[in-house]
Amino acid sequence: MDSSGLGVRRAVAFVAPALVLVGVFLVFPALWTLYIGITDYQLTGPAAAHPRVVGLDNVVNAVRDPLFTNSVWLTALFVLGSAVVGQNALGFALAWLLRTVRPGLRRTVEGLVLLAWILPGTVVAYLWFAVLSRDTGTLGVLLGSPQTAWLVQYPMTSLVVFNVWRGTAFSMLLYTSALAAVPPSQLETARLMGASAWQTVRDVVFPHIRGHVLTNTLLISLWTANDFTPFLLTAGGPNHRSEVLPVLIYRQALESGQLGYASAMSLLLLVGNLAIALVYLRLLRRRA
Amino acid sequence: MRRTTVFGLLAVCGLAAGCLGQPQEGDQARNAGAKEITLTIVANAAAGGKNARGANWLQNWVIPKFTELQKAKGVTATIRFEQNGAGDEDYKTKVALDLKTGGGGDIIEIDGIWLGEFAQAGQIKPLNDVVGDTDWDGWNQIPRAVQGLGEFDGKRYGVPMGTDGRVLFFNKKLFAQAGLPADWQPRSWQDVLDAGARLKALPGVTPLQLNAGTAMGEATTMQGVLPALAGTGRPIYENGKWQGDSPGLKDVLGLYRRIYDGGLGDPVLQQEAKGRDRSFQLFSQNRIGVLLEGDYFWRSVVEPRNGVAKMADRDTAVGWALVPAERPGSGVGGQDFVSMSGGGVRVINPNTRYPRQAWEFLQFLNSAEAVRESLAGTAQLTQRQDVNDQVLKGDPMLTFVAEKVLPITRYRPGLADYPKVSAALQQATADVVAGRSPDDAARAYREALVKAVGEGNVG
Repeated sequence: MDSSGLGVRRAVAFVAPALVLVGVFLVFPALWTLYIGITDYQLTGPAAAHPRVVGLDNVVNAVRDPLFTNSVWLTALFVLGSAVVGQNALGFALAWLLRTVRPGLRRTVEGLVLLAWILPGTVVAYLWFAVLSRDTGTLGVLLGSPQTAWLVQYPMTSLVVFNVWRGTAFSMLLYTSALAAVPPSQLETARLMGASAWQTVRDVVFPHIRGHVLTNTLLISLWTANDFTPFLLTAGGPNHRSEVLPVLIYRQALESGQLGYASAMSLLLLVGNLAIALVYLRLLRRRA
Repeated sequence: MRRTTVFGLLAVCGLAAGCLGQPQEGDQARNAGAKEITLTIVANAAAGGKNARGANWLQNWVIPKFTELQKAKGVTATIRFEQNGAGDEDYKTKVALDLKTGGGGDIIEIDGIWLGEFAQAGQIKPLNDVVGDTDWDGWNQIPRAVQGLGEFDGKRYGVPMGTDGRVLFFNKKLFAQAGLPADWQPRSWQDVLDAGARLKALPGVTPLQLNAGTAMGEATTMQGVLPALAGTGRPIYENGKWQGDSPGLKDVLGLYRRIYDGGLGDPVLQQEAKGRDRSFQLFSQNRIGVLLEGDYFWRSVVEPRNGVAKMADRDTAVGWALVPAERPGSGVGGQDFVSMSGGGVRVINPNTRYPRQAWEFLQFLNSAEAVRESLAGTAQLTQRQDVNDQVLKGDPMLTFVAEKVLPITRYRPGLADYPKVSAALQQATADVVAGRSPDDAARAYREALVKAVGEGNVG
């Protein structure tokens, strides 16, 4: 067992700093969040001085809260539209199409897509604000309808398009390397048999990259469900129409000061993420 | 073995240090004789940014001057100014988190309306408890009503930084085009709506701007719902009860509907993330006819030199009128006209290491000389009567506020529940602007109110 020959005590000494860091910055805050999730803890006011334990009331209230159900629905829409469908499809399409083009063009396109991914969120949000705002927004000017306030009139559509643009790079990179693993001889055979592009993708390529698709979808789903950038674009508005869960939790915790209630909502978001992850893992295992 | 013990000890120390962060408090005279002191003042002001004038004053006048005064007494004082340039809600969150964790500056500028929540949370304490004796000749110069801004539950927590009043600002150029008088003074809501109907004929002009929706935050409550509600006869909080879906509240929501459903206001603007700033820009570009705002708008928004939406011809182009009650005599206290007021307060952190010196610094910040200097040649309703008497003379708008508006104004209830009630009111206006009927919105408001403050506190 002791392949490194350190002995138990030394081994413990070596991992202790890491464990302490994990404990202080991960485990303790997580447990703390669970704890304040069962209290009526607030940022200010009497409940800040003397929080009471209210048990599962917060969770029950959250599930009954129309703002929460609205938010769950919007988050599902956001994840499905921008990650599961949008980033996946566009990322794969880019990877597939870029296989055969000249290397110069391929690198340029990949570079541009990557740029959208690596720019800081605040910078990107500012740029999109300039594109989508009313009166002088670039999109409005281009389409000849400067009066359209895209972020107000089509908040969720704007967010979905934004997030597809923002996050496609990861899917593209992952699929590019996945496609490299498809044996060229099989593609050649399919071509000689007269298979259409769609038939080739479905029957030759997909069986090879199924694991990659699932892994990719799992990762981008979780990232998108936890993404806070929508706050920078719409702040959840207008009138809660783009209030995805991370934004709702932030606003409940820090704008309304309801730390306990917001913690309970975070717990529900975590449970939701776990459920999604379990479904994907099960799918992956079935393949194996 | 030894190493494990060392790591274990380190870990325990690290964890324990997190719990020992609470500084001492209690003895009001602690460090009173110190020869070397450090004080930090925290404000939502930043040089070259938000509230730049206040930041410059603190940085370039207050700090050198106070340091010099202390030096003359043989005390080496280091005064730090912690700058912020955030939205009011974000700033409040930051201050609350600072105080909660036992940190934060020694003197903190907050909005008077947050006083109750912070006090109820024990994050700030009555001034007497923090610094002991608070005798000061300056109190005589601060009017009773303004002092109230720094009080909660009958106890004094801090020193107010001045006050303001709300009026209807209107664009005289647009009024002339629409055939409306330059000395306009509506006597009822109907008069305002009638003027709006006339302004509607002008191309590219939004007749009325009455803040609505949640995106504008407290600006919706303060420059929209509360002045309107005061015009229906009862304030939002009275005799220990919050006003529910009363006929008055329904009238207010009805007013919103007549403005935003009747083409007199711009519903989209109310929902934009930066809608309030945009309404300022539009007003300065002669594209909004009438706008309800505090005198801040006159001093800092359309101000010709340093305003955020400068109007070179402000003095001739911008008119102002008292906010009318729904009908003559229907306002709170039977008034014909109404207003709402607020203002900032400076409080002393209960955890300060130098309570007596912090109080000395606070007195200095509120001395006549310092207050006059803070205005940098402009006019404003300061906390001090003697300063106001000198500086307001040259400014007709602020003289109007001091003489006509302050006598009829009301203050918001400084209770911890207020922000939740305010949020519910904002949501109700958002619903109406989005197309719900006033009755529906009022019902939803009542539900939200009951949830926020409890059935027993809704009247």
